[in-house]
Amino acid sequence: MGTEGLRFTREHEWVRLEGSSAVVGITDFAQKKLGDIVFVELPETGKQLSAGEALGSIESVKAASEIYCPVAGSVGEVNSELADSPGNINKDPYGAGWIAKLTGVSSADVGKLLDEKAYQDLIAGEE
Amino acid sequence: MPFIPHNEAERAAMLQVVGAASLDDIFSHIPAALRTSGLRLPPALSELELLRHGGELARRNQASGELVLFLGAGAYDHVIPAAVDELSHRPEFYTAYTPYQPEISQGGLQAIYEYQTMIASLAGLDVANASLYDGATAAHEAVLLAVHHTGRRKVLVDGAVNPRYRSALRSYARNLDIELVECAAGAEGGQSAGLVDETVAGAVVQLPDFFGRLCDFSALADRLHRSKGLLIVVLNPLATAVVKSPGEMGADVACGEAQPFGLPLSAGGPYLGFIAARNSLVRKLPGRLSGATVDGQGRRGFVLTLQAREQHIRREKANSNICSNQALCALRAAMFLALLGRQGLREMAEQCLAKTAYAKSLLAAIPGCALQLDGPGFHEFVLKLPAPAERVFSELLGRGIAPGLPLGRHYPDMQDCLLICVTEKRTKAEIDRLAAELRACLGR
Amino acid sequence: MTVELLFEKSQPGRRGYRLPALDVPAAGAGQLVGADLRRGAEPTLPELSELDVVRHYSALAGRNIGVDTNFYPLGSCTMKYNPKVNEAFAADPAFLNVHPELLSECGQGTLAALHGVERMLSEICGMAEFCLWPAAGAHGELAGMMIIKAYHCSQGACRRKVIVPDSSHGTNPASAALCGYDVVTIKSAADGQVDLAALAAAMDEDVAALMLTNPNTLGLFETRIAAVAEIVHAKGGLLYYDGANLNAIMGVVRPGDTGFDVVHVNLHKTFATPHGGGGPGSGPVGVAARLARFLPTPYIREAGGRFALQSDRPDSVGQLMAYTGNVGVILKAYAYLRMLGAQGVRRVAEHAVLNARYLCSRLKERYTLAYDQPCMHEFVMAGLTEPNGVRTLDVAKRLIELGMHPPTIYFPLIVHEAMMLEPTETESKQTLDEAVGKLLQIAEEAQADPQKITGAPRNTPVGRLDEVRAARSPDLVWKP
Repeated sequence: MGTEGLRFTREHEWVRLEGSSAVVGITDFAQKKLGDIVFVELPETGKQLSAGEALGSIESVKAASEIYCPVAGSVGEVNSELADSPGNINKDPYGAGWIAKLTGVSSADVGKLLDEKAYQDLIAGEE
Repeated sequence: MPFIPHNEAERAAMLQVVGAASLDDIFSHIPAALRTSGLRLPPALSELELLRHGGELARRNQASGELVLFLGAGAYDHVIPAAVDELSHRPEFYTAYTPYQPEISQGGLQAIYEYQTMIASLAGLDVANASLYDGATAAHEAVLLAVHHTGRRKVLVDGAVNPRYRSALRSYARNLDIELVECAAGAEGGQSAGLVDETVAGAVVQLPDFFGRLCDFSALADRLHRSKGLLIVVLNPLATAVVKSPGEMGADVACGEAQPFGLPLSAGGPYLGFIAARNSLVRKLPGRLSGATVDGQGRRGFVLTLQAREQHIRREKANSNICSNQALCALRAAMFLALLGRQGLREMAEQCLAKTAYAKSLLAAIPGCALQLDGPGFHEFVLKLPAPAERVFSELLGRGIAPGLPLGRHYPDMQDCLLICVTEKRTKAEIDRLAAELRACLGR
Repeated sequence: MTVELLFEKSQPGRRGYRLPALDVPAAGAGQLVGADLRRGAEPTLPELSELDVVRHYSALAGRNIGVDTNFYPLGSCTMKYNPKVNEAFAADPAFLNVHPELLSECGQGTLAALHGVERMLSEICGMAEFCLWPAAGAHGELAGMMIIKAYHCSQGACRRKVIVPDSSHGTNPASAALCGYDVVTIKSAADGQVDLAALAAAMDEDVAALMLTNPNTLGLFETRIAAVAEIVHAKGGLLYYDGANLNAIMGVVRPGDTGFDVVHVNLHKTFATPHGGGGPGSGPVGVAARLARFLPTPYIREAGGRFALQSDRPDSVGQLMAYTGNVGVILKAYAYLRMLGAQGVRRVAEHAVLNARYLCSRLKERYTLAYDQPCMHEFVMAGLTEPNGVRTLDVAKRLIELGMHPPTIYFPLIVHEAMMLEPTETESKQTLDEAVGKLLQIAEEAQADPQKITGAPRNTPVGRLDEVRAARSPDLVWKP
């Protein structure tokens, strides 16, 4: 799955707005840096999070990274398939590798995140 | 210079390659103001002189063959098979580094995997790590695990947990947002059960407890689980060769001191902290873990795994800062367990039980003496004396017997009590002699 | 060719070590431990003969390498030769059989040696007093952080932050965090040393300490250390010395003389006690005079040639372990220091640096030197100058094939494709030349035949292992 219509954070999360819900994952750049992902720590459903708060974490063999909540919201659903198949994040970071769905988000908040071009500029700078 | 192989010609050739005029010159980029003019250290000894000096120092220790130890209290005098010393001194084991390059460390990694298996099994739990420093620091790591797992800050600590461990727990907790609530010592976790609620991350109890008693903590485990807390049992793993294990009681974490497995008393260390836990907690375990996997050709091999938990990857977000552990001590413990084996370890534990029962019967019969806090126990018990325990302790020590630990050192209202330990190493003659010496000392 | 596990070799009824026959009435566990307290399932312990066990561990030893068998230039680890006389010294039964509760009464010889180590470490580091009990370097770091916190709290403001450079070893920020501090990481300057401007910007009166290694983890001496100390001390902060790299400057520079207030050393690195496959080590912590009252208990008091363990230090950060640390390890460091003497200590640093600089000079044509400055006892290379797709990991595996333990790889984190080499002073010119030969051979192969490297190692009991599988589906204990 591709990156059309997604927004991005400086910490390499992506967000897809679906009404007043937001699907969250990590970008292709992030998954490449981590390498083969071995474990994902998912948040509890129902948890209230503000922007920038830790939503969970991702471990590979040689690295670990926090996932930060991109916009304020409540955890509606988590991708429980990642428990058995954490590699989905590597294989399909924008599709089957989604991590959590937040409810009660503000589309204005999502709009304030980086668009695709701004995110590409960001990672070009980091490479 | 000992251990430095260079001769003059080699040194000169190397200095030329690096472009330095002399050995002093290689430090020339260090500001002169920072450099020292010289150290005052004792003059260098040759190997022969060093060993002579070592002999003199050793003679200043009380000659080991003459002191009979009925003293335990956390460090125990057990048999150590000769093969343990021999095998653990193989240079490929003891001069190796941490097995970060698994292809050339399969020996060490497999040995750790086997050790993890045996310790986890003795604790009755699913997994164990590759070692921690000692029992006290292992208890602290267990407290950290409970706090991180539950997100709560309060931990109950039973008063019958080793006082030295409790002291260490306090030292560490003081700097963290952790509240240790010390509960009065009692049977089955004492006061702890009544204090369990949703603010409690876990409770720490000990098996056998510091007074040598065995209890079943199943009820306490249930109470904790109902409010999603963890039961941590500080364990003497030798006991669970015959005694119900923490896992069988519903504990979530077992930790403690595995020094009884092949490690000499050695004035306090190196010892062997261990930690074991249920599978659900494996990603929160501190320290190294050896895991089985396969190589490209399907051959079984072992690697350090789940490293993303550790400090070299998580840095300030790691749950523990441990790097070096007690690897060679864990190797000795594994060798010990392999040499004793299933039957041998059970027999060793049973001999501790039998000899302790014999000692109890002899000593309780001394007029004025009485067993305290009596009940099912392993290899330690409390004897109340009709005299200050410190006086009796000093007198008997002077006569070549360490009769136990004067409990007044840790429990102010027990000034007349000794904590006596009888391991499989104590002969009937030695136990008879303890009884006779005590009688004589007490004038009974 | 696998070596079967102990449990896979087990034969029912086979016995190893035998205890003497029971000489007191046998009551049996059944009578003494009631059914309600008896163990249910049998523990997973093997049944083997002594010969089975000896063959097993001999086979395992054959699948391991150590300093005694191979060159082991792991940067940051100081894999120097472990003198056998130290083992003999420490193995005296009179040292081994002392119960820790009886140390003052029955361990005067042990205490004399421990006290000797404490004095010698204080002299070498320029500190007022050491506590020997921390069981490892990371433990010493934690103890140091506890002392620093106790000091600041006694001054009226506990302070909440600790600064570490981005090149620091992971134990530094981890230890600070485990003492309740917030960690601030500052970027190193272009020359690899502490960036004074970044430090000055981060330093304020809420910073308790700066943790530094010197030489730093890049193997470079922090030549601006006086200015660094000034910035930290001016705001009332303390300077912490991670002694992992002390081997480079022993007898040449004393950390205390350069402004450090708290120091830890690694006996299993600088002081030649064996690494043991990952431990036991020992990480004594030392302090300047005004901090001595915060040192962990107990301490060793000497009076008229007699030694005692005392705990009468009301401001102490408390007890760190059940007893007195890894005494058996500390005795080996004592033996080592007694054989070196003052001159020997300095010769160690001189030759450690000479060896590293020699290796570096001979490799820097084909391997990218990360920082073109005189290195101390170790140096960092950022992989091959012409990688041709060959990574540092591949170089390491090919070195294994060629019979050498690889250097430290992928640390420090601030150097891409890092390889850190620390030969130590106990290696000869011949060994170094051989190592250079292997590394240059690999540089050639990277151009001519990279497959040879990326497929390595092929002559070891196992090849590259599936670490992803090991982490996704952890198999940590054998199940029947």
